[in-house]
Amino acid sequence: MNLAEGVQVVSFGVLATMMIVAALGVVLLNNIVYSAFLLGGVFISISGLYILLNADFVAAAQILIYVGAVNVLILFAIMLVNKREDYAPVSNRWLRNLAAGLVCIGVFALLGTMVIATDWQLEPANLTAAAGVSSVVKIGQHFFSDFLLPFELASVLLLMAMVGAIVLARRDFLPEDLSLTNQTTSLTLPEKSKELAALGGKTK
Amino acid sequence: MNSGIDLQGTFVNFINNLGVPIGAAKALWLPLPMAIVLLGAATGLLIAVWLERKISAAAQQRIGPEYVGALGIFQPAADGLKLLFKEDVVPGKADPWLFTLGPIIVLLPVFVSFAIVPFGENMLITDLGTGIFLWIALSSITPIGLLMSGYSSNNKYSLLGGLRAAAQSISYEIPLALAVLAIVMMSNSLSTIDIVEQQSGYGILGWNIWRQPVGFLIFWIAALAECERLPFDLPEAEEELVAGYQTEYSGMKFALFYIGSYVNLNLSALLVAILYLGGWESPIPLENLGAWLGVSQDTPWLQVITASLGIGMTLLKAYFLLFIAVLLRWTVPRVRIDQLLNLGWKFLLPIALLNLLLTAALKLAFPSAFGG
Repeated sequence: MNLAEGVQVVSFGVLATMMIVAALGVVLLNNIVYSAFLLGGVFISISGLYILLNADFVAAAQILIYVGAVNVLILFAIMLVNKREDYAPVSNRWLRNLAAGLVCIGVFALLGTMVIATDWQLEPANLTAAAGVSSVVKIGQHFFSDFLLPFELASVLLLMAMVGAIVLARRDFLPEDLSLTNQTTSLTLPEKSKELAALGGKTK
Repeated sequence: MNSGIDLQGTFVNFINNLGVPIGAAKALWLPLPMAIVLLGAATGLLIAVWLERKISAAAQQRIGPEYVGALGIFQPAADGLKLLFKEDVVPGKADPWLFTLGPIIVLLPVFVSFAIVPFGENMLITDLGTGIFLWIALSSITPIGLLMSGYSSNNKYSLLGGLRAAAQSISYEIPLALAVLAIVMMSNSLSTIDIVEQQSGYGILGWNIWRQPVGFLIFWIAALAECERLPFDLPEAEEELVAGYQTEYSGMKFALFYIGSYVNLNLSALLVAILYLGGWESPIPLENLGAWLGVSQDTPWLQVITASLGIGMTLLKAYFLLFIAVLLRWTVPRVRIDQLLNLGWKFLLPIALLNLLLTAALKLAFPSAFGG
């Protein structure tokens, strides 16, 4: 075993342990903020595994999208409704835990069988390409040839989501609300009424 | 790409001749470039802090630091020592784990990003295929650390500061990435080395700033916003939020935020120099320096001179941009949070998209000038 292989094995061990511990923390911890931060740890570990597999672009995209966007948005949502409250004990909680555990073990068994049953050997031609050329070029070629339809469908889906978000965000500029804002007297600033602001303060 | 002086080969051979096996010699080489860049980043941080204080003082007709060393050059080091010896206070009812982890998460990605900053053709830690994209991805981790420290401080100003920082950094990442994309489109590569190579050959006339003036402005504004420099330092706006997410921090943990912000400023200035100002290229093309002096390109002393010239040029451009950033701090008033978000989403984003479209059209029309 030479230096590169040794580094690879050690990195894999560290990343895998980090990922499993963080993932267990996400599920088992009661504090939702800890779960959200640990989710970021899981995503970063996955991105490290991608780097070990020579998929550098996928690794960077994983960090950018899952850590930088998805996880930050989850944290944002949690912190905007920043309520620290204890959960009321649920009767027959053990039954729920048992059912969830059974489902998880079932999924694990299914995925485990799939991992063992699949032949993971790469063709020699693909192997040399993966080690030599940067994965960016390969991914780009696939996007515009055999994966063109899924790629375009995904972008249309994202566009729809964006249009929906803009429509929702612009709601307060609709004409019926405009008549409300005109009622403010000339001496006050045109902003939301005091009751609304006080309510916003209380929820924090 | 010419080979240049093979520092790694020379070092490995030298250690090998001392009786160390070749594998161990290679392992000894590995941490060296990282340590040098880390040291360089730390020195750059001290210089940036000193420049900031001196230029700010000059802008306000003061003298600024002057007693610690000549012209107060050791003032930042003295500041650092002071912070090192301060008591480490964790506020009551704060979350000690998240409170400690937050500043570390803010600092780490900034230092890791230095892996892709080139100071010469072969002078960078790693020439990744993903290159500049790695920096964009890494800089998106920072808001998590800010949210973490804002949340764990158990202080409403900290929480507000953290939320603002995350909102700001998400908003300005998009114009930043689109401006970089226009550059990448012209150089056909994400690698920072290829981006500089594509600007070489014509001296100052070949730099990307002439081909991407709009992209340059967008990138500079967005980079300042990502660094939370003064026109956009809303997350720590002292008149509104005490000091934002770092209100409760003191001692070394505060120093981590401080270091992070200045190293990030240095990094952004370096990246602007690389993307738009030709990186290590001189304003006058010096490819034929060897031919003018009548010596071969491979002469060792000539290569050392070109390498130092390259490092000098990169740093000169980066510090010029830093100077502009400090001047901007004392020239432009702080924007409001709604103005900030409007500027990002309603102005910079459409302009960046238009710039991208225009670059694509120009690339198709004039492939020789815009990288066919």
